[in-house]
Amino acid sequence: MVPVFFAYFALVSVVAAVLTVSLRNPVQCGIALLLLLGHIAGLFVLLHAEFLAAVQIIIYAGAILILYLFVLMMLNLKSEERYVHRRYAWYIVGVGAMSIELLLVLLASSYAGVKGTATPQAVETVGNSAAIGILMFSDYLLPFEIVGVFLLGAIVGAIVLTKNPTRADLENESS
Amino acid sequence: MIPVSAYVFVSAILFVTGVVGVLVRRNFIIVLMSIEIMLNAANLNLVAFADHLQSLGGQVVALFVIAIAAGEAAVGLAIIIVVFRGKIATNVDQINLLKW
Repeated sequence: MVPVFFAYFALVSVVAAVLTVSLRNPVQCGIALLLLLGHIAGLFVLLHAEFLAAVQIIIYAGAILILYLFVLMMLNLKSEERYVHRRYAWYIVGVGAMSIELLLVLLASSYAGVKGTATPQAVETVGNSAAIGILMFSDYLLPFEIVGVFLLGAIVGAIVLTKNPTRADLENESS
Repeated sequence: MIPVSAYVFVSAILFVTGVVGVLVRRNFIIVLMSIEIMLNAANLNLVAFADHLQSLGGQVVALFVIAIAAGEAAVGLAIIIVVFRGKIATNVDQINLLKW
């Protein structure tokens, strides 16, 4: 059963990615991106990352994509007529040839490596979310705190960038 | 059991699709969406190897990548709103204020 689900999720996510890049109407691109994010979450479930699948749905599909759609609605973009860079369009041939080569190499590799201790059975005894939480607040505490500061900076940056200049600001600038 | 190379294959295709989107599209928002596709491809790789090597570190880092993507979307979309409101540009080639 797992190979069937893998084939479905992989195929739909690739098709959705191509649609996101190639559709003309930006809103339709957003919907294709939603499809991609949902199917990537399905792949995460197949990889025993249930917590990450939930986070993917809640944060990516629920928050980030809605932000994109809000901005799209606010700006009222028209579908573009000439919608690609003709100058770069022929790079696709080179990128395609290189990526086929790379894909063949990737498929042929064996991916050996030292196995860790978090076997699926070991993770199942405490639960996926609990295991991730314990790791995040022990080994990855410093990156976690840095991400917190980063998000604060992003919030402040977004507010400062989109704030309408007040009369006092304009007077300060002119004087 | 799906081999890890299959996941790497899917992730590579998604990443290349994102790169092509960034290079080829002219609409800002689609360029940002292509960056999201690339981040998702990287996440898929991280989680696939976390499963393959039986270590949860990859999943934690993927969580951080999602957080970074949220911040990037917020700031990127704020910049897009400013650019549109000031009627500076309507597509990516017209933004050349910082171009040397």
